[in-house]
Amino acid sequence: MRKLPEEAVVGTAAGAAGSARPHESAVGHVSGAAVYTDDIPAPAGALYAYPGLSSVARGRIVSMDLDAVRRAAGVVAVVTSEDIPGHRDIGPVFPGDPLLAQGEVLYHGQPLFAVAATSQQAARRAARLAKVEYEAMPAELDVEAALAGGSFVRPTHTQQRGDAGAALDNAQHVIRGEFHSGGQEQMYLEGQASMAVPQEDGGVLVYSSTQHPSEGQKLVAEVLGLPLSKVTFEVRRMGGAFGGKETHANQWACLAALLARVTGKAVKLRLARADDFAATGKRHPFYSRYAVAHDSQGMIEALDLELAGNCGNSPDLSDAIVDRAMFHSDNCYFLPAARIVGHRVKTDTVSHTAFRGFGGPQGMLAIENIIEQIATATGLDPLDVRKRNFYSEEGGRDTTHYGQRIEQHIIAPLVERLEQAAAYRQRRQDLLAFNAQSPVLKRGLSLTPVKFGISFTVQHLNQAGALIHIYTDGSIQLNHGGTEMGQGLYTKVAQIVASEFKVPLERVTCTATRTDKVPNTSPTSASAGTDLNGMAARDAAGKLKRRLVEFAAQHFAVPANEIYFEADALHAGKHELGFAELAQLAYLNRISLSATGFYRTPLIHYDREAAQGRPFFYYAYGAAVSEVLLDTLTGEYRVTRVDICHDVGQSLNPAIDIGQIEGGFIQGMGWLTTEELVWGEDGRLQTSGPASYKIPAIGDTPPVFNVELLPDSPNVEATIYHSKAVGEPPLMLAISVWSALRDAVASLAGHRISPPLDAPATPERILRACDALRSAGKEGTS
Amino acid sequence: MIRFLSNSGVQEVDRVDPNTTVLDYLRDHQGHTGTKEGCASGDCGACTVVLASPEGEGLRYRSVNACITPLGTLHGQQLLTVTDLASEAGLHPVQQAMVDCHGSQCGFCTPGFVMSLFAHRKCHAEPEREQILESLGGNLCRCTGYRPILDAAQQMYQSPGPDQFSVREQATAEQLRALASEEASLEEAGKHYFAPTSLDTLAEIMETRPGARLVAGATDLALEITQGLASIDTLVYTGNVPQLQLVEERDGELLIGAAATYSQCRDALCKHWPALEELLARLGSLQIRNQGTVGGNIANASPIGDMPPVLLALGARLILRRGGETRSLPLEEFFLAYRKTALEPGEFIEAICVPLPAPGQQFQVYKISKRLEDDISALCGAFFLVLGEGGTVSEVRIAFGGMAAIPARARHCERALQGQPFSEQAVERAAAALSRDFSPISDFRASADYRMQVAGNLLRRLLLAQGMDADKLQVTHCA
Repeated sequence: MRKLPEEAVVGTAAGAAGSARPHESAVGHVSGAAVYTDDIPAPAGALYAYPGLSSVARGRIVSMDLDAVRRAAGVVAVVTSEDIPGHRDIGPVFPGDPLLAQGEVLYHGQPLFAVAATSQQAARRAARLAKVEYEAMPAELDVEAALAGGSFVRPTHTQQRGDAGAALDNAQHVIRGEFHSGGQEQMYLEGQASMAVPQEDGGVLVYSSTQHPSEGQKLVAEVLGLPLSKVTFEVRRMGGAFGGKETHANQWACLAALLARVTGKAVKLRLARADDFAATGKRHPFYSRYAVAHDSQGMIEALDLELAGNCGNSPDLSDAIVDRAMFHSDNCYFLPAARIVGHRVKTDTVSHTAFRGFGGPQGMLAIENIIEQIATATGLDPLDVRKRNFYSEEGGRDTTHYGQRIEQHIIAPLVERLEQAAAYRQRRQDLLAFNAQSPVLKRGLSLTPVKFGISFTVQHLNQAGALIHIYTDGSIQLNHGGTEMGQGLYTKVAQIVASEFKVPLERVTCTATRTDKVPNTSPTSASAGTDLNGMAARDAAGKLKRRLVEFAAQHFAVPANEIYFEADALHAGKHELGFAELAQLAYLNRISLSATGFYRTPLIHYDREAAQGRPFFYYAYGAAVSEVLLDTLTGEYRVTRVDICHDVGQSLNPAIDIGQIEGGFIQGMGWLTTEELVWGEDGRLQTSGPASYKIPAIGDTPPVFNVELLPDSPNVEATIYHSKAVGEPPLMLAISVWSALRDAVASLAGHRISPPLDAPATPERILRACDALRSAGKEGTS
Repeated sequence: MIRFLSNSGVQEVDRVDPNTTVLDYLRDHQGHTGTKEGCASGDCGACTVVLASPEGEGLRYRSVNACITPLGTLHGQQLLTVTDLASEAGLHPVQQAMVDCHGSQCGFCTPGFVMSLFAHRKCHAEPEREQILESLGGNLCRCTGYRPILDAAQQMYQSPGPDQFSVREQATAEQLRALASEEASLEEAGKHYFAPTSLDTLAEIMETRPGARLVAGATDLALEITQGLASIDTLVYTGNVPQLQLVEERDGELLIGAAATYSQCRDALCKHWPALEELLARLGSLQIRNQGTVGGNIANASPIGDMPPVLLALGARLILRRGGETRSLPLEEFFLAYRKTALEPGEFIEAICVPLPAPGQQFQVYKISKRLEDDISALCGAFFLVLGEGGTVSEVRIAFGGMAAIPARARHCERALQGQPFSEQAVERAAAALSRDFSPISDFRASADYRMQVAGNLLRRLLLAQGMDADKLQVTHCA
């Protein structure tokens, strides 16, 4: 069950880093007092904005008659691209994302214009009244066809080691195949929301549910033609984000700001769920094709893998996302010779974007599918194939195909530990016996590992800032560039600050993330929130401590090296000063009690030309064993038991870390099972809300769900208190569910035939795979 | 005017558009933003609130989705939201358990979970896993993976003693009875809401106001408002008519009043047809079943409603009423075409009558959906079977949802079985005959091929079920 270490590992004070403190907003959450963007009371006279969305996937706008929109009840203003005073493109990295359509429709659900009205409903109603005439153009929605047609949003990138082609040509055992994995809607419970409030100096204050306030600030400034200094973004918390509010929160903030500028009023913009589904990007669907050479023992000799990310209509973050898929296409396995090609395929859908894992899951799933194929071909247990191919210190098998050396060999002992704890071998035997006597229901079992690289692969994003004030009553206000989306970042960083000062956590208040407190911040993503902001906060705390020690040394005439913080007090020789008294005394002696902190991740580099380097500061590891029960008549199934062992280094907060692991696992399970995005031939997303798009519900949580943090495994790198990032890696533990389903299907033909099973493994896909095996089995015996 | 009880006392509401949902009333009119909007379609539970109404000496608590509950239906009930639970003594045990178990991460779904847990604790004396899953199946959480919430559902029972609501329960019930004594109505800018308390008045309103829309659970109708942005001129609520809530056995039939919710008729249905346990646990969510009605599921005439195939297979009939006239119509004559029914203008369903089971009858129903809980069926097959001498099929009714534009009997399939031994051969012929009964569509729920194949496989499952335990044959929603 939930195994929480008993004691704090870092500090002794209650609430210090290492202790399982509840989320800093837990009481606010359960009592309804926690305020989200749309809960902020609007200033008097505030207006409500809504976008008008395209109803074709691709085409030229012949005419756009907005008279009815303007005349609709409650409408105050209507804007089109023509009304934008500054930049009209809000592409976050590369251009290609018009704020409002400029004569051309790029995807179904694209904002064409926006309306501001006196109520949310008036705005929504009005936005539907536009008469838009399109000259429809053929839309390409199929990733394979677009790939064949050479349609890309960014150039293809290749990583190579050795001569995979030659190795494949000379190999005895070669498997070729192709594989699809589906996209995934973030389905944050709080939809996209912003409120822009005009300021007296012509600037604007924007409240936005965003993971990247600094980027929102920059884009609003560019759209309005303002210096960044006149635009402030604030976000106290998000009701979930998962990557979906990294760049895809920008458009709504920009539109609210634009309409606030035009009307002079505060403007709220909140998307209704169906429009949120239609108009914001998702996890990239991926198509891969591969050739793998292996020996009779299941050892990989060479891999030629092409990964084609379906990017939708624009680059957005796709370059980095497909790169990350490539960086994870080895997962935990040494590839003696490899050619990994990453395509950024352009299709005429909404632009796909960040989602927890950021391409990593897609790359990892591709290789795990290949491992499964090898296991079937060799007749080995897939777990043995996995273990044999792990990176290892011996035999020069410790370097990735992009040149990063694996320095901490955690995965083999971690898997060994989990294999024992979950009684994998015994259960494999039990399962074979069960399947032999059960004609309809079949059980499946799988253990899959995860190795996930931590750092932004875009180097400059690996920086963070923090700001700490100590007030004269000894209370501490903390601010940093990271955003709180439920992951517990504010809690962890507050714990770090409390640990630094050796004060109770209650002294520390973390305030809303604001671009006027800590500037030029990176998005809270890549699992790096705590690594970066925790270190920045520690830096700020360190500065304050040094100042206070220096002051105390003078004041008490005690050598600085005899001064330390402990138990909510400063100890200087025989003097003991409570933290509040210390703050008061320092203030009276004119010591600055405010400091900024800064951090940049060391050691990382990647030469994209050579496709070699050390893009990751370190790797986080984990493994999961999943067992499923499958109905081979309908394809329906349940996950009956899951065991996880996950490496978070030295945990900063075991409760939060376990929460991330359990939640990430279930979210990953959704991606691979019931969450299916279906676009119609007209380019319209048909699964446009929780009625049709099924994320896991409470009954999908396995009845047996054991999660353990890998004990005694501090990060060897100098991360904050030797912890490891935990946001994204656990999502990929759920590959074990897909793999277990595949295992259950494979039992229909004695595990001798590889089930064709793309992701997500919906009941329909499962049944199709069952049928394929049943008929292949029949052919095999006749 | 409508009158209801909030935690702060009696609320009298007049001159509010009857199309207003409880959620919009709370957030936009009252500024009570503790209750969240996640989907505005009743599919995520973030907006869950609890309604209390008098029952016996005390109160019946039920969780509902505020986003699809018309404001007028609050009349005579107590509305409790997440901001009402804490008291001077601190957090409510339900809330404290969520904090202690780390049950919130982003916190946006949390108010809904807290209210579903609160209702659960009011309705169940013990924390039983299966019941907890049912109570929380309509609350989506994207962060936690639900584990800590399941822990909280157990832990909340460790705090003994009555809460502030139990202490006042009798007084609240009396207060609510007094509030309900007057008939509710709402009017604003030409929009009307009527909530008659007698069948005659209801019939009269429906006859004299063409275009009036009948609203029962509103679980579907409200979507026209929240998704379609419709503004309905006249809403006529069935939920305050006592005769329409009846669930009783009468003359060899189970009579279900058209406004009886799933929750109200579930026990009676499952008593006679145990196969309905699994179906009703998976039909919508508890919030939906607390509001949705069997009558609405029929009148709505959706091809994917789950009760019509069940009732077709059971040979149910409807009592329809217009003005003072009633008529009886076999259910299978009710569905004419896609979302078209045999209802005449001004006519409505008064009751559903299901012949009570007799010895020798078999009834089974299988719902197939992507997600086991709270998902709309890709298809739903219902099977009524009587095996006579030597195992031959002497009576058979098979009906499917999701296979055609209306819920429909599979006549060719039935004929292939009628009079035949219930054997593999007959089942294979019957499965093949399904292609003459149906040509289903492909959509995002399932392809036509999958629907056809599984429809046949459900017949095969039915045959296997003759000699095997159900738990060896199918995956159930909480194994």
